[in-house]
Amino acid sequence: MARIDIDHIRHAYGPNPKASKDYALKEVHHTFEDGGAYALLGPSGCGKTTLLNIMSGLVEPSEGRILFDGRDVTRLSTQERNIAQVFQFPVIYDTMTVYDNLAFPLRNRGVPEVEVDRKVREIIAMIDLETWSKRKARGLTADQKQKISLGRGLVRSDVNAILFDEPLTVIDPHMKWQLRSQLKQLHRRFGYTMIYVTHDQTEALSFADKVVVMFDGEIVQIGTPAELFERPRHTFVGYFIGSPGMNVMPAAIDGTIARVGSQTIALPGMPVAATGSIELGIRPEFVRLGREGMPVTIDKIEDVGRHRIVRTRLEGRDLAAIVPEDGDIPADPRVAFDPAGINIYADSWRVDYGSAA
Amino acid sequence: MNKTWNNRAWFMVLPVLLLVAFSAIIPLMTVVNYSVQDTFGNNQFFWAGAEWFEEMLTSDRFWLAMGRNLIFSFIILAIEIPLGIFIALNMPRKGWGVPVCLVLMALPLLIPWNVVGTIWQVFGRVDIGLLGYVMNALGFDYNYVNDPFDAWVTVIVMDVWHWTSLVVLLCYAGLVSIPDAYYQAAKIDGASRWAVFRYIQLPKMNRVLLIAVLLRFMDSFMIYTEPFVVTGGGPGNSTTFLSIDLVKMAIGQFDLGPAAAMSIIYFLIILAMSWVFYTVMTNYDAEK
Repeated sequence: MARIDIDHIRHAYGPNPKASKDYALKEVHHTFEDGGAYALLGPSGCGKTTLLNIMSGLVEPSEGRILFDGRDVTRLSTQERNIAQVFQFPVIYDTMTVYDNLAFPLRNRGVPEVEVDRKVREIIAMIDLETWSKRKARGLTADQKQKISLGRGLVRSDVNAILFDEPLTVIDPHMKWQLRSQLKQLHRRFGYTMIYVTHDQTEALSFADKVVVMFDGEIVQIGTPAELFERPRHTFVGYFIGSPGMNVMPAAIDGTIARVGSQTIALPGMPVAATGSIELGIRPEFVRLGREGMPVTIDKIEDVGRHRIVRTRLEGRDLAAIVPEDGDIPADPRVAFDPAGINIYADSWRVDYGSAA
Repeated sequence: MNKTWNNRAWFMVLPVLLLVAFSAIIPLMTVVNYSVQDTFGNNQFFWAGAEWFEEMLTSDRFWLAMGRNLIFSFIILAIEIPLGIFIALNMPRKGWGVPVCLVLMALPLLIPWNVVGTIWQVFGRVDIGLLGYVMNALGFDYNYVNDPFDAWVTVIVMDVWHWTSLVVLLCYAGLVSIPDAYYQAAKIDGASRWAVFRYIQLPKMNRVLLIAVLLRFMDSFMIYTEPFVVTGGGPGNSTTFLSIDLVKMAIGQFDLGPAAAMSIIYFLIILAMSWVFYTVMTNYDAEK
């Protein structure tokens, strides 16, 4: 297990990158602590897989260094880095049995057969393929194959880190949940450093202690699921995490008051250094729909089971609110914002509040 | 489910039936006809029964040609298949090298058989041929006209030159269909170059290799034009393969009966081989 330092990494796939748009990865600088469970979360094409492949050594970064426990490994091969990686689509060795597939990474490294047998049996039991162990791997279903891929990643106990590149894409929903909790269990038991790439926020939030949100080749926020939810550092994090995403509307700041159109909203404090284009963000969970506050018109009510999402318009702008299943929706609806849930953004980045005025 | 029965649909297959009848069935039946009769000219035929078949199957000449042909097929398979795999593995996967290599590989396949024969016939001549002349100038006593061994080497090298490309192209097609993730996973798993070949590349090439073996075996078992142009079956009978022998017998000596019997035996062998390969291939698929 190792601490992984990403030291000012930049990467471009094309030759001679000049402008920042040429880079798939723009300046990433971050430390993954030893034994942490991280998720790299972001939309397709944001650079998360590139970052993962740079860590595993499949891609060599254009600029910057990677350190494992302080040792520079930037130029080392994948083998020398001793990393396990699980890919999006199952990779299995068709002609081998399930058992041999799992033993393959160990045998390649010259692990004694007794030890191989012990580890493989343990992993086979864990991924629940004991009855298949002597069967050829080619006849398996997609999720069984992916379990083998996962198993090959987990079978080596001495790895520096285990990297997952959207490993559950091909798995059925109910299996997803089961595999994810097994991974979590493993993490607790063995303390692997695990980095999990996904574009699925539920997966990221339920797997990781720390979620790294990436957008357009950059890390926009690193935090616990709660931090990402309550204090999105960037409006993108607000949109991307949560269902539905955060409401963001242009606003003007006047001391401890924000103005949205003709409405005034009280803030929990005075935002510092709020210059540039100012926006107010509030999650639907913090919007109270009732008989008091600002008048809105209702466009649509979506019943999603546990609660209802009410799509309204405030001052001509879309605003989503979450109302409990049994909540009352008055004929003359009005909304109020819970001050604890209001975040102010200047040029898309969150600004802090100063001391409450 | 209710199927519509309409026997007029059989008319649909009539054109194909006619085509096959005129191009294959009728000529084949003519051969069958010859194989059971004897003639002394004047278009007079006498019933001979299985006489020609017995003669063929007990003649040394037939079995020697058959033996030479099997040895030839075995040698060219033993060279072309591994060589083809080796070249395919070393061909570039991307960049400008891909079209260049593909065109270079396809070139020999585009040359007609008799032209290939003529090229090598001239190439190997000791008086004006580049190969023959240089070999002799370097002190090798090379002469495909006199020496059976040299004749064999020439015919084999010619076939390897002409047909290895086919194996290369088939293998290459199998190789490029392997997703990158497999190679990446193999790197992560610490697989050696040999293990990558054995467990990733070879299994993916399995099917195309089977086709390559089938095609090359069939082609080499029927080989006629190139050795005929280069050596004419000689020196002596050393490069007289089955089809060359057959033509000698039918056209050279005008022994229609024995030649027809030989054709049919030859045809049945090819049919049996095709069936074996077909069964192997379909079984392989079913196992998947």
